[in-house]
Amino acid sequence: MNIIEVKKLGKVYDNEGVKTDALHGVSFDIKKGEFVAIMGPSGSGKSTLLQILGLLDDYTGGSYYFDDKNIKDYNPKEVARIRNEKMGFVFQSFNLLPNASVLENVKLPLLYSNVPEKEWERKAREAVIAVGLEHRMEQDAKLLSGGEKQRVAIARALVNNPEVIFADEPTGNLDSKSGEVVIEIIQKLNRELGHTVILITHETYTAEYAERIIRLYDGEIESDKKVENRRLDGAAFTK
Amino acid sequence: MIFKYSIKTAVNGLKTHKSRSALTILGIVIGITSIILVVSLGQGAQNLILGQIKGLGATTIIVLPGKISFGPSTAAETMNDSLKEKDLNLIKSKANVPYAKYVMPMVVGAGQSVYGSNVYQVAVFGAGGLVPDIFNITPDKGYFFTDDDVTSRSAVVVIGYKVKQRLFENDEAVGQKIRIKNTTFKVIGVLPEKGSSSNFDDAVFMPYTTTQQDITGTKYYSRIVVEADSDADLQSTVQDITNTLRDSHNITDPLKDDFTVTTSADIAKTLGTITSALTAFLAAVAAISLIVGGVGIMNIMLVSVTERTKEIGLRKALGATNGDIQTQFLLEAVILTALGGVIGIILGSILAFLISLLISKFAGLDWQYSFPVSAAILGLVVSSLVGLIFGIYPARQAAKKSPMEALRYE
Repeated sequence: MNIIEVKKLGKVYDNEGVKTDALHGVSFDIKKGEFVAIMGPSGSGKSTLLQILGLLDDYTGGSYYFDDKNIKDYNPKEVARIRNEKMGFVFQSFNLLPNASVLENVKLPLLYSNVPEKEWERKAREAVIAVGLEHRMEQDAKLLSGGEKQRVAIARALVNNPEVIFADEPTGNLDSKSGEVVIEIIQKLNRELGHTVILITHETYTAEYAERIIRLYDGEIESDKKVENRRLDGAAFTK
Repeated sequence: MIFKYSIKTAVNGLKTHKSRSALTILGIVIGITSIILVVSLGQGAQNLILGQIKGLGATTIIVLPGKISFGPSTAAETMNDSLKEKDLNLIKSKANVPYAKYVMPMVVGAGQSVYGSNVYQVAVFGAGGLVPDIFNITPDKGYFFTDDDVTSRSAVVVIGYKVKQRLFENDEAVGQKIRIKNTTFKVIGVLPEKGSSSNFDDAVFMPYTTTQQDITGTKYYSRIVVEADSDADLQSTVQDITNTLRDSHNITDPLKDDFTVTTSADIAKTLGTITSALTAFLAAVAAISLIVGGVGIMNIMLVSVTERTKEIGLRKALGATNGDIQTQFLLEAVILTALGGVIGIILGSILAFLISLLISKFAGLDWQYSFPVSAAILGLVVSSLVGLIFGIYPARQAAKKSPMEALRYE
């Protein structure tokens, strides 16, 4: 069953009259529970695609169905609700609130959700434990290492048990060891907990943790293939 | 988003930039402080003035020389010589003013009272023997002089509470002699303390004939106090006195009256209106600083919105609606200004209290501090409104941001 269907998706940026064609005619489906990596060189449109899929930006052509519903049918409030309940985001630059504790950062999506307040603490703690940061629970986010920050961001993406996790270059700011830990956690979320994962990366090594790689070039799909030898040998994350 | 968490989020946002938040609310603090200060001092002045009039009964009529001259300013009264003995006798006549219970002239002067080495500046009230009845005050030691003392121009005085304290300290005053303007007077009574609402504590009473002879050296009166028989007769008595004096002074045009007949209620009302208007005017001037403060708030909130663009993007990505973001920034502005309001109220009250202390200590007035409850409530409401009004624009700007552009912002 498809969670995402895009048909002839297009995006033209209009910057004070200067038009830039970022995506044109992109079509693909993503099934529930799939782990898809989107690759491509700078300017290929991969980030634009992720932003549109994550409902963070509008598209200018084609159609986008999320969970079998055309997203043009949603009003802004419903879009915010989908982002809150069905999507989780992990960004390259972590985007944590530096002066808030790990637990407070992870709780953030719950503040905007319909989850009863009494469950917030439990859910947030479970998510922090799931990324192996239980010993950092009360620490301010600014005091963490890069790898730890990204694990907090994953816990935050996870806390509302979303359908899809969007990860935009999650290992881009990390050293190779921390990067490996992070990507293995993301793979585990997909393999063991069944979350659909859409990963943007420019590293083939990282992309091979996915089961399918969509390559973009100049705003078009260059290739869309299954990963032959999927990387499953990660042992850094053991929970 | 649950409102409790909206407030918590807003407070956390402000806590992150403590010194900026403090500087931002300075304008509001100054505005509310000034308003509280002005209104409190205005109320103090009003209480002082009205308290002095309150000593008079509701049926008391005061005839003053000159046109519209009342209140604590005695200069016009003492300089004007329109009220003479002839007028007093005409008013006393039942044929002219049938419902006057008491008629008593007063001569107001001032001078230094001396006892031994103690000196104290006093107000001299030359009056008749009816003072205890009209002003409802009886000496708690000794006795008040009588109309016989007026006729014989006795050199006797009844002194106010403070005069006794300053001149005699703990000694017995009754029977002692004091000097005022080179005349020696025998103290025959001491008045009880009247407190802030009266200037009797700083005064000495003596027969008005004695005052005219030894203190002012004049033949006219500073005022004539008339007590009407009852409330019902008050207005007709005012009219009778007016007619009598117009006849006596050959005045046909009421606009040319050289006297003023007024009741204690009239004086209280007029002075109340004047001080209220003055207070309102000064408070309005102070309120301008609230607008300036509001613009400051708007400015800083706009900076804050720009600075926290990424946070706004993140919150939106995590599910915050435009309304959630707008509420957060609006609450930050309102919490800031309301806090400024509270600080302003506290600061204004403390300053007003200190100034009241200084006035009563150094100006010798029985000035009492009063906390302006209504101004404080209004100050809190207005400061919150300033936050609401000047916070709307920055909050809307924040809510309008596209999540992606906000996240991309560096």
